[in-house]
Amino acid sequence: MSKPLLEIRGLTRTFGGGRRWFGHDIPGVHAIQGIDLDVAQGETLGIVGESGCGKSSLARLLVGLDTPTAGQILFAGEDLQALRKKDRYALSRRLQYVFQDPLSSLNPRKRIRDILAAPLRHLRGLEGTALDRRLSELMEVVNLRPEFISRYPHEFSGGQAQRIGIARALAAEPKLLVLDEPVSALDVSIQAQVLKLLRRLKDEFDLTYLFISHDLSVVEAISDRIAVMYFGRIIEQAPSRRLFHSPAHPYTRLLLDSAPVPGGPPIRAESGESELPDPLAPPPGCSFAPRCPKAEPDCRQAVPLLDTLGQRGDHRVACHHPIEGPWRRLDTQEVNETANE
Amino acid sequence: MTNFIRLIARNRLAAFGGIMLVLLVLLCLITPWLPLDDPNITSPENRLKPPLSAGHLLGTDALGRDILSRLLWGTRVSLAVGIAASLVAAFFGSLIGIVAGYFGGRTDNTMMRGIDMLMAFPYILLALAIVAVLGPGLMNALYAIAIVNIPFFARNIRGVTVGIAHREFIDAARLSGKGHIRILASEILPNVLPVIVITMSTTVGWMILETAGLSFLGLGAQPPQADLGSMLGEGRRMMLNAPHVAVLPGLVIFLLVMSINLLGDGIRDALDPRLKSGALSRPAPFTHIRRRQVPPENGSAANALLDVQDLHTHFEVGRRTHRAVNGVSFTIRHNECLGLVGESGSGKSVTALSLLGLVASPPGVITEGRIALEGRDLLDLPHRSIRRIRGRNVAYVFQDPLSTLHPLFRVGHQLIEAIQQHQAIPRQEARELAVSLLDQVRIPNAERRADQYPHELSGGMRQRVGIAMALANNPQLIVADEPTTALDVTVQAQILALIQNLRETKGTSVLFITHDFGVVSQVCDRVAVMYAGRIVEIGPTADILDDPRHPYTQRLIDCVPRLGEPNNEPAAIPGLPPAADALPEGCAFADRCDLAEDACLRGDIALRATDSDRQVRCIKPLGLPTRQGVMQ
Amino acid sequence: MIRYTLRRLLMTFPVLLGLSVIVFLIMSLIPGDPAQAILGSYATPENLEQLRADLGLNLPLPQQYLVWLGNILQGDLGRSYTLNRPVLDEVLERFSATLILAGTSLVLCTIVGVTAGIVSAIRQYGWGDRIITLLVLVGISVPAFWLGMLMIMYFSVGLRWFPASGMTAAYGGGGILDVLHHLVLPAIALAVVAAGVIARLTRSNMLEVLRQDYIRTARAKGLGEHRVVLRHAFKVALVNLIPVIGVQAGFVIGGAVYIETVFQWPGIGRMLVNAISTRDLLLVQGGVLVVAAAYVLFNLMADLFQHWLDPRIQA
Repeated sequence: MSKPLLEIRGLTRTFGGGRRWFGHDIPGVHAIQGIDLDVAQGETLGIVGESGCGKSSLARLLVGLDTPTAGQILFAGEDLQALRKKDRYALSRRLQYVFQDPLSSLNPRKRIRDILAAPLRHLRGLEGTALDRRLSELMEVVNLRPEFISRYPHEFSGGQAQRIGIARALAAEPKLLVLDEPVSALDVSIQAQVLKLLRRLKDEFDLTYLFISHDLSVVEAISDRIAVMYFGRIIEQAPSRRLFHSPAHPYTRLLLDSAPVPGGPPIRAESGESELPDPLAPPPGCSFAPRCPKAEPDCRQAVPLLDTLGQRGDHRVACHHPIEGPWRRLDTQEVNETANE
Repeated sequence: MTNFIRLIARNRLAAFGGIMLVLLVLLCLITPWLPLDDPNITSPENRLKPPLSAGHLLGTDALGRDILSRLLWGTRVSLAVGIAASLVAAFFGSLIGIVAGYFGGRTDNTMMRGIDMLMAFPYILLALAIVAVLGPGLMNALYAIAIVNIPFFARNIRGVTVGIAHREFIDAARLSGKGHIRILASEILPNVLPVIVITMSTTVGWMILETAGLSFLGLGAQPPQADLGSMLGEGRRMMLNAPHVAVLPGLVIFLLVMSINLLGDGIRDALDPRLKSGALSRPAPFTHIRRRQVPPENGSAANALLDVQDLHTHFEVGRRTHRAVNGVSFTIRHNECLGLVGESGSGKSVTALSLLGLVASPPGVITEGRIALEGRDLLDLPHRSIRRIRGRNVAYVFQDPLSTLHPLFRVGHQLIEAIQQHQAIPRQEARELAVSLLDQVRIPNAERRADQYPHELSGGMRQRVGIAMALANNPQLIVADEPTTALDVTVQAQILALIQNLRETKGTSVLFITHDFGVVSQVCDRVAVMYAGRIVEIGPTADILDDPRHPYTQRLIDCVPRLGEPNNEPAAIPGLPPAADALPEGCAFADRCDLAEDACLRGDIALRATDSDRQVRCIKPLGLPTRQGVMQ
Repeated sequence: MIRYTLRRLLMTFPVLLGLSVIVFLIMSLIPGDPAQAILGSYATPENLEQLRADLGLNLPLPQQYLVWLGNILQGDLGRSYTLNRPVLDEVLERFSATLILAGTSLVLCTIVGVTAGIVSAIRQYGWGDRIITLLVLVGISVPAFWLGMLMIMYFSVGLRWFPASGMTAAYGGGGILDVLHHLVLPAIALAVVAAGVIARLTRSNMLEVLRQDYIRTARAKGLGEHRVVLRHAFKVALVNLIPVIGVQAGFVIGGAVYIETVFQWPGIGRMLVNAISTRDLLLVQGGVLVVAAAYVLFNLMADLFQHWLDPRIQA
């Protein structure tokens, strides 16, 4: 196997913490705890998790909007932090970011031309006619009419604004795009348009995607491989089909059981409290153990490490007692499908 | 810019202030060329002449100087000092505010501690201390006033800058390769500038008052130079025998400051985008109703719990009318759950809020329709009766429980309030009931949770409180407006299970508003699909999902990615829904529909029955099951 | 709550310290030689040197500050050379007169401003709102000292309802009723501007709060409009208004300087103005220090009250 494009090693980010003049010392909050992850050239890696699991913090670390507390990010073998010290724009030429809220990521007082020209000018050094030519190319690439370029963001719908956000990310000619919930703020009919565009762009520009979302079905629809995050850690990762076919971590199963599918079988809800652990006082051992129906005493002692499952080596799970066999609701789904045909 | 001037001109008071100010400024500008006496030439023989004396239109002061001339020259000085002081304060204050707000962290802390220190002094006191050091004099008064106003600007501008600095477009600019200076100048400043202008326009008047005050105390302009304040101060000594000497300069200050304030308010209103949308209006307790005719009673729905007929709710903003709900009809039977599905802007929430007059008015108006709850037309009832129905017969559960629960009352208190509004029971009993309600929605430690504030609960817990509050008076109908949209999927599963369970045990009917077909298929018996303010299809959930009749329904279902079917690529719908203030004739979906023909664009297309319990608003409804049909 | 109070109290000390530094710096910035000023222009160089040493003026600035601070902490604010009495005695006496005036004014402007603001918000765009908006505009545009003079001309000289000056009558005065009688005009004149500002901010705050989702929830529960406005909306608006009232307290204390001059009220404002014109700088320094410290304590209480109303506020 060739060397991955992006290698993340032991990445950790702690917020806050420190001493106070009065009262107890403030413990730090671990937003990201020792994440290891590889992304191969040309693949789409989906990252799924619920709010507060650290998926957005991870995204901000990758694109350089935030600095890791510990750990290393290698891009094509080069250390990003070291690279950044040499040239502060080095990251932005390699990795770009697409934001969740398309409208708030565009300055309301700037025309689209100025928004798109900034990366071309500052990261690619384009000026004059070369710049103009590139601008109209970008507009065409994301299916926006050329005359839109002199308009202001508020004149656009959410879907159009998100296309502009994508165009801006592409302007830097990056190798990898970090897409942070790029379709969550959009209506389903628009969501499908943007997903379709993203697929096309990936082929056209030979891009690698890191696609972050809370929506399992969206991630499934676009990803080759999926990593599931819970409480700052990756708890399971596998090729997309395998993950949905036989999820091994109880949390992944819970996510799948909870997601309602149109016309699908009834969802199953947890019986207890589904509270996230207190980030200031994390439980010992597996952070999912307090909610886990299959938790054993050893789960509350040692933090399970991400371990390979099976022979193929592409399915890894952080669980002391991984569940084997196919996921049940997928079964009934398949039965329905065949019944319909 | 012309738009801005037009906005100010439309505001009559602001225009009046503007005109007055322009006149005063013009008068000041041409003063040197006016045939006036020298303001500083004394003539003791002419002292204290009353107004309208020969040669002295406004009389003379104690030294026989012409008051009109002194007033005009004095106004020049006051105006110049006031404007200069606010420019200085605005410049330094804004600079500190922007830098502190943008960089945050230690920079912010250090700068704002300094500002706080300045603000720890009562306003004028600091100015007095500064004048005490620098010595009395007009320029020193100017510095003093400018310095004491710097904190005011710094704080205001910092607050706004912090808000902007955390917006995503700043991150985006950083990723576009812009450095700090570029971001400050080209991203932050243009967004902060309106606030600086607003703050300035509202403080110039104040600064003129303050410099006049220092001069009045004898600490500003020194004789023979005079500004309005020092004239007033001199006049005070002969307040009783020659009142005009003091009254006139005061009057000029008053008019000057008032005209500036009027114009300042106008500028603020014109620059504040919220006012344009009418968003700053206070929503009335009940939506305005303006029905021209009332639809006749519909006999077929006699046994329904709720029967809505031809409901129209419009938003009137300026000259535009946004037809958010445009002829919606549906019924809900006892113990039934009806889903109302649609994309944003389809009018589903407005429909729900219209039922009990909770649409914000202005700008909302119910212009047509009938909303019958067990046969009584709610749009016909007096407000007092509607209020008795709210929360007792019909209760609401809203989307975001953090913003819909009152932040400063304990959750138990909010429940007790809901109970006691409709049931005459003592507080202790109401509290017990409240705790048992929290128990019913499976909140652990209900007794303790009742004493907590909403911000101390998790999102899921808050929504449980919202549901408990809806259940407080055993309503016949619960209107749930996207109750799980703001929640995580595992929490959503629990809330949906809870709603199902309550429906079974309590026999409540539910109107469930959502954009998610997955959720609909979990909880709804029947579903109504909305598009551009109208129901385009209504019928039993399973039938509609398996076999949609309206092309929009079909395509909407097709563009949802389906879990466990990665090969089933979602098919996009091209184009956008029509704007609610420019709805087309005929079918609103026609220009996005690949089956549309000329007839679709003409006349009013009615919602008609296709099967016994299904209705569709389409002239050529789809007849066959087409689940596999992915059309492109 | 107790923890917060303690924290907040502790945080007040650095502010007071910073305050003293500012006052000290301002005073040491004054041009000219204090020794020269005290001894006059005929002093010999030896005498001057001696006095400088006595006053500690030869020490480096930080050391001078510490000496100065030590004196202040022992209650020694120096002697006023114009009045020939300890600064502290004079300042405290004058400050109590100002407290009576400013306190009454603050209560007055808060009650009037908040009530007017609420009425204005409820009757938005109605006649009540228009009249209040107009009055507010007049209130925030009128120079308080001028208004005071007009009031004296009309109510004291013209109608003879209220005395025109002083805090007590020259003969047989000093009772509570007498002080109240003297208080009416200056208190009103001082309250007008602040009342206008408070009314304005109450109105906009109430309008803002009334648009919030939880107000819709309250209405959906079937609550009466009075309860919705006065309990649900006003409680939140009040939390936002407390800092505003804190700032207005500063304006009222500052405005007292003018009003005391106009009405010959024996308060600290008038004392300061006189001290500045006679360049009695020790008196200025003492007055500024005491008033600023009192204002800091007032804001501390406002903060604690706000925290008590709003449990969301963290230290």
